This record gives sequence, C-alpha cells and structure tokens, in this order.
Amino acid sequence: MSAPLAAEPGTELPTQSFAVTRADLVRYAGASGDFNPIHWNQRVATSVGLPDVIAHGMLTMALAGRVVTDWAVDPGRVLAYSVRFTRPVIVPDDEVGATVTVAGKVTGVEDGVAAIALTVTFNEQTVLGRAVARVRLA
Amino acid sequence: MALNPAFVGRTFARPGTYVVGREKVREFASAIGDQNPACHDVDTARALGHADLVAPPTFAILLALAASTAVVKDPELGLDYTRVVHGEQGFEYVRPVVAGDELSIVTTIESVKQLAGNDIIATSGRVTDASGAHVLTTRSLLVSRAPDEDPA
Repeated sequence: MSAPLAAEPGTELPTQSFAVTRADLVRYAGASGDFNPIHWNQRVATSVGLPDVIAHGMLTMALAGRVVTDWAVDPGRVLAYSVRFTRPVIVPDDEVGATVTVAGKVTGVEDGVAAIALTVTFNEQTVLGRAVARVRLA
Repeated sequence: MALNPAFVGRTFARPGTYVVGREKVREFASAIGDQNPACHDVDTARALGHADLVAPPTFAILLALAASTAVVKDPELGLDYTRVVHGEQGFEYVRPVVAGDELSIVTTIESVKQLAGNDIIATSGRVTDASGAHVLTTRSLLVSRAPDEDPA
C-alpha cells in the first residue's frame, strides 16, 4: 500500500499541460477502438462542420484523469470520475498539436474520501464541464 | 425525430466476456501518456495491494462505449447515429479494473428525451467480474444534434 494522501478543502493538485498531436489521436484510436474519422481525417471532420480534426473527448478525459492518478499514486484509489464534454479540442496538423491544461483542487473531504474538481482548458476556454473525481485517501 | 420511449428501461447484455489483458492495460495507459508504474509494472501493482496491473480510470470505456453504441444504433430507437456526440461520461468504481479480470456488461437505457431539438439518451452499464461481483458502473449521455444546428 502507498502512504495515505494529505488532503483538505483547497488542496491543489499539481497542474499539468498535455500536448495532443495527430499522432496521439491515431494512437488513442487504436488503443480505445474509437476509429471515428473526425479524430484523424480533416476531410471528414470539416465535412461535418468542424473547423478541423478534434481530439476524442475520452482522450481529453483520460489526460485530465492523469492529474488525479498522478496525485493519488495508486490509480486504484479513484472511486468515481465523471465529466461533461462542452467544447472540442481542435488538433492542428503539425508537430506541436493542441495544448490541454489541467488544474485540480480538493473541494471537500468526507469519510476518508476527497472530492476533486478539475479545470480543463484549451485555448483559454474550458473543454470539460463538471469534471469531478472522488479519491480514497488511505 | 422523437425517440421511441418504449426503449427506456431496456437492458442489453454484451455477448461474452471482456478479458482484461496486461498488454492492453499497458497499451491503453501508454496511449494516454500514463506512465504510472501501477499500470505497467506487476510488482508495483501488487505492492499496492492489487492482483495485477491496474487499469487507468477511463479504461472501462473500452466496454462501455461499444455496448452503448450497439444499443443506440437499434433502428427502432429512432436515433440518427451519424449526428451523435458524446455529451457526458462517468465511472463509479466498487473496485479498480485489473489485468486478468473477466468482465461482463449489461447496458440499460435510463432515459430518452428531447431538448432544444436535440435527442438525448442516457445509458448506464453495470460491469461485473467472473464471480458476478459488481466492479463498476459507467454512465454515458449521448446527444444527437438537431439537423440545422452548427456543431459545437
């Protein structure tokens, strides 16, 4: 077992920024089985009215979840994790990709479980709403 | 198009089981850039008290999305799947998913409604292990955008 986590309301989780490139989308498509072409094919993405290829919402959710699991040390401590997909992360066809920034904060602690709220932004706009997790501290 | 309200409460069992492989856990973790040793190194996972490699929290989407997609593609439901976007996703864990788990999922249509011309369908998936014990519940909200609306 790993050491119990220290958390109280207001405790901040280390903020992380993630670069998401087209190659990352292809890799996530393969690993997840979600081969929707709007995540790798610009022609298809623009034909359905998107500005360009967009990241899988589930990839953005997974990246944001890393801020929680990195803090938790043991990913098995995560009891619940949910998000609302509010805006797409647009991924350009270059080597830099899109940058997704994730900040997390403990909003409450009860019965040894911390409630965490995540703020997930791309281009200075939030892309996930109501992104919350519950993590067992011991 | 109005969704068929008769679908609310219907349940669908995914045929067969999903066996969680060590290499799939590693592959998924790597695809999300997750280098947490508990997802890659068996000794670390066991030292943390787990039977084997621990899957990242969103790993269960591998079962959940395929199951709910199969459900909502039923033409009798009346959903235009070409316009469907993922609105919300949640996971509630009884215990973490670990390599070696043999998982089953039963998907339930929780609600269908129309909001501002969009069809909205909520599904839940109850995931159990080989012993029948509850492992986690997934919740998905799928939104079929109204035809004249610009995509978000």
